[in-house]
Amino acid sequence: MSDAAAITGDAHAHGHHPDLQHHFDTLEQQHEAATLGMWLFLVTEVLFFGGLFLAYMLYRVWYHEAWVAGSKELSIALGGFNTVVLIGSSLTMAMAVRSAQTGYRRATIGWLLGTMALGLTFLIVKVFEYKDKFDHHHVPGYDFHVDAAHAGIAGPMEIFFSLYFTMTGLHALHMIIGFGLMSVITWMAYKNRFSPQWYTPVEMSGLYWHFVDIVWIFLFPLLYLVDRTQ
Amino acid sequence: MSHIAPKSMYYTIFGILMVMTALTVFAAFQHLGVFNFPVAIGIAITKATLVVLFFMHAKYSSRLTKLFVGMSFFFLVIMFALTLTDYMSRGLKTYPGGAGGAGYGVRSAAPAHEAPASGAHKEGAAETAH
Repeated sequence: MSDAAAITGDAHAHGHHPDLQHHFDTLEQQHEAATLGMWLFLVTEVLFFGGLFLAYMLYRVWYHEAWVAGSKELSIALGGFNTVVLIGSSLTMAMAVRSAQTGYRRATIGWLLGTMALGLTFLIVKVFEYKDKFDHHHVPGYDFHVDAAHAGIAGPMEIFFSLYFTMTGLHALHMIIGFGLMSVITWMAYKNRFSPQWYTPVEMSGLYWHFVDIVWIFLFPLLYLVDRTQ
Repeated sequence: MSHIAPKSMYYTIFGILMVMTALTVFAAFQHLGVFNFPVAIGIAITKATLVVLFFMHAKYSSRLTKLFVGMSFFFLVIMFALTLTDYMSRGLKTYPGGAGGAGYGVRSAAPAHEAPASGAHKEGAAETAH
């Protein structure tokens, strides 16, 4: 591998794949390193959300009554609809990665746009859910208010809604970041940057998107469902 | 380069995930008592496992990657297990009636409030009543 080629920026001069970085021997090795790095990042994400789930668990045991009352204020219809939408977006994402693997550029772009559309749908529904909480004064803060029947547990209910907004809010933030990633990936696909030999950005964005889906898979039953029969 | 799964696999997994979503909503309205919670968590863990294995290709990854996947779960279990053994066992020896009330145990130790659920947050209630 000649220094002259590196200096002039002529990466194609020494006959390997243009997307193979010089510190890797093969595309397979490079792909393995990227996958491992992405999973390591996801480990930190699991623990980041894990801390919030742990807080949820502890307060749920301490203030069970408030958890039941708070949970019943949430809409299963909207939450369930969003669950279907988000799992659907995981399917379209998986299909986008598969299309990139097999080198179908148009299909890759199509599935990515589908994923973005579903992600956007999720966020729009979330806006309506949040608006409902604002209308009912269920947003923690100076204007927080619960009906007379729950006046005795207003404090713990405020903790429930604090966790509700923190967890779903951070989840939504992850989705907005994911939407940004998808935009870049779609643009790269449009520019024909991917091939069956190199589609790493699509696959790594896919891992991230699926992780965000998994967080919601736990948020939905824990926030909306578990206390319905109490 | 890496494993290419058939399209049918993705559609099948999606179908199973949809069925399980319906199942968890259905189960939430059955009076299972203390089992409502473990059933909901069990279904969620199964769904998450399917996503990790098939959508995230963990099943077809190298052993090193699989180790990292398992690691996230391992550390999560450590965080939950060690923290909960502490909080859940508080009051076991000191508060009559014991286990159910990890929180009751904690709060009964605080002198200012009389007892369980509603008492502990009177100040919060007072602030928010308009």
